Amino acid sequence: MQVCLGSILQSYTGGRGEVTATGRTVDGVLKDLDRQFPGLRFRVVDEQDRIRPHIHLHCNDAMVHDLQQRVQARDTLHILGALSGG
Amino acid sequence: MPSSKRPRRAPLRRVLLVGTAKGAFLVWSKGRRWEIEGPHWLGSKVHDFRLDPRDGRTLLMTSTGGHLGPTVYRSTNRGRTWREASRPPAFARLARGRKKPGADGTSRGVSVAVNFFLAPGHAREPGVWYLGTSPQGLFRSEDGGDTWKGVNGFNHNPTYWKWSGQGQVGTPDGSFLHSIRVDPRDPKHLYLSMSQGGTFESTTGGKKWAPLNAGVAMDFFPGPPREYGHDPHCMIIHPADPDVLYQQNHCGIYRLDRRTGDTWDRIGKKMPKRVGDIGFPIAGHPRDANTVWVFPMDGTERWPRTSPDGRAAVYRTQDGGKRWQRLDAGLPKEHAWWTVKRQCFAVEDVRPQPALVFGTTSGDIWRGANGGESFERIAEHLPQIYSISAARL
Repeated sequence: MQVCLGSILQSYTGGRGEVTATGRTVDGVLKDLDRQFPGLRFRVVDEQDRIRPHIHLHCNDAMVHDLQQRVQARDTLHILGALSGG
Repeated sequence: MPSSKRPRRAPLRRVLLVGTAKGAFLVWSKGRRWEIEGPHWLGSKVHDFRLDPRDGRTLLMTSTGGHLGPTVYRSTNRGRTWREASRPPAFARLARGRKKPGADGTSRGVSVAVNFFLAPGHAREPGVWYLGTSPQGLFRSEDGGDTWKGVNGFNHNPTYWKWSGQGQVGTPDGSFLHSIRVDPRDPKHLYLSMSQGGTFESTTGGKKWAPLNAGVAMDFFPGPPREYGHDPHCMIIHPADPDVLYQQNHCGIYRLDRRTGDTWDRIGKKMPKRVGDIGFPIAGHPRDANTVWVFPMDGTERWPRTSPDGRAAVYRTQDGGKRWQRLDAGLPKEHAWWTVKRQCFAVEDVRPQPALVFGTTSGDIWRGANGGESFERIAEHLPQIYSISAARL
């Protein structure tokens, strides 16, 4: 599936804002991303498997709240820095 | 994984490693001038930035990004190139099937919010580092800061909840584990302080811990003296005598000589009453165990955390706290509405007398030659300064 990354994460992907990854769930996709780009998952999800407070995940145009949410190959996952104040 | 580069520089120049609210800087001595390099990792909060004194080339800095959470950056070539730690500090997960943490020696189920304090390990343990976090936790690396594990004798200690007031976040910036000190005579003899909990000691390399707070005031808590729950701001093993500890606490300045007992003596009572003995940093003279410096701040009424009356001054004792001298030559005589945080005092061990260097919440760096007898501003307009350490690279 296609994964679109906000600028805050592009230092992990060599400057690329769009990459591809595979997985049956959002967490599976994040783990595949981490294999390709070491360290990226821990910037999105903390050690208790909670999405970091100022990170937003969207599958297509719907916000993701559960890392076990299933995804399809044709979906697009967006990983963005949240608008967190003024 | 991100990396950054800077050109190679000649070795063994005096340099200040500066962590700020917006990134890290190296401030190089260049004759009588100082030259700023940076920022590195612009946009990261760098709470601590240290050189490994054992190999003279490994540098570590903590980082907390606005969105991306906490991590550690490291350089193994004196700061020419940087990489992120492969496994930054992270608390263990809650035990399987458990929804809430227990006080049974297993994980508290919390997540690191801030990597706050760095301490190189003992001289006989190359590659070992310790790191303190918020929520208050202790971590150890055995590979020069690349991978980190929790010190579970502390992090999972069943008594942790009592020590730390049920793990509340605290105000205004959270509660921090800091002042991790290793006895230079024994790598298993450790101290640490928690801004919500007090000072603790381990003689087992971190497996077991005991509070070390007798004699320390808790003005913010009613009732008789307690064994823990205190608010040390900065605690040091004096560099000239490992049996002597000093601390700047939320409730005063203290000294403890381990040869004479385990009860702290409030040496801040001898400070001028109009100044008080509240502050954050404390630093010791490299060769004189009776000399320490503090930077008092206004801890009255609403705790504005500024220089008392807006008049900046360092105070120094040269007799273990019996008398204090005000050192303010060169510092602003008015409108110094800033202070100095706990990791922002550094001592440059130069001869004949060391220089005291400090960074302010307003982004300036001041250097007091000859033990602080006269100060000059060597950098200005930096972001709020979180840490300073003196090194040679």
